[in-house]
Amino acid sequence: MTGIWLFVSAFIVGGLICVVGQLLMDLTKLTPAHVMTALVVAGAILDGLGWYDPLIKFAGAGATVPITSFGNALVHGALAETKQYGVLGLITGIFEVTSAGISAAIIFGFLAALFFRARG
Amino acid sequence: MSVKTGVDQKRYQVFLKGRQPARPWFRNAVRAFFTGGATCLLGQGIQELIVHYYHFSEKEAGNPTVAILIMLSALLTGLGVYDKFGQWAGAGSAVPVTGFANSIASAALEHKTEGYVAGVGSNMFKVAGPVIVYGVVAAFAVGLVRYLLTHG
Repeated sequence: MTGIWLFVSAFIVGGLICVVGQLLMDLTKLTPAHVMTALVVAGAILDGLGWYDPLIKFAGAGATVPITSFGNALVHGALAETKQYGVLGLITGIFEVTSAGISAAIIFGFLAALFFRARG
Repeated sequence: MSVKTGVDQKRYQVFLKGRQPARPWFRNAVRAFFTGGATCLLGQGIQELIVHYYHFSEKEAGNPTVAILIMLSALLTGLGVYDKFGQWAGAGSAVPVTGFANSIASAALEHKTEGYVAGVGSNMFKVAGPVIVYGVVAAFAVGLVRYLLTHG
């Protein structure tokens, strides 16, 4: 996908992944925490099957912004390092790709607590 | 006694079910679609800017895009805007990575009064923790299966 179509597919695919999350929250007894956990695990499994990369190619940020991509990125990091370090790479590589997301969330979350006050 | 209580409880559940308002699941799904889609659209826009101005490939631009979205989300959480947006958007605000950042930033903010170590530090991952724990466990299992299938 290129140009304007990448924006269209990002909107639609990203929106649909959120709809799946919303329906799981409303139509099952799962709590939001369970739904988020399920989506991350689903992302990891989809990547294990080799289906998540084609989705990223098709939808760009529509596939990389939802939390499912966190599971996908964890698997990617782990598998990439097995090429270098064998089975130990699964452990050393797991946070390789997701470092940006987790570090940014900790740093900016901390800064938010430093500069702001809780509301209402 | 306990049997009777069990029956009573069941009857109470039936009684309760008829009186709970139905969840407006369709309305919520539509909201989640548009807000979640819009967040991803914003992400795509940021990604294109990074590709254009910093000459990253689409794939390389993914990580900085996520970092920028997280920064925006933490800021909006601090300003109290993200939680209001979340009440309206539901999963449309929770499922994108901005929701992950919001859960961390809002937990940190909420426990600020308990101190920076015992409050902010201990509670930051209160909500986001399960996502990381089960993400890593699942990724390890999936990675191991893939590894054994290719090398075993």
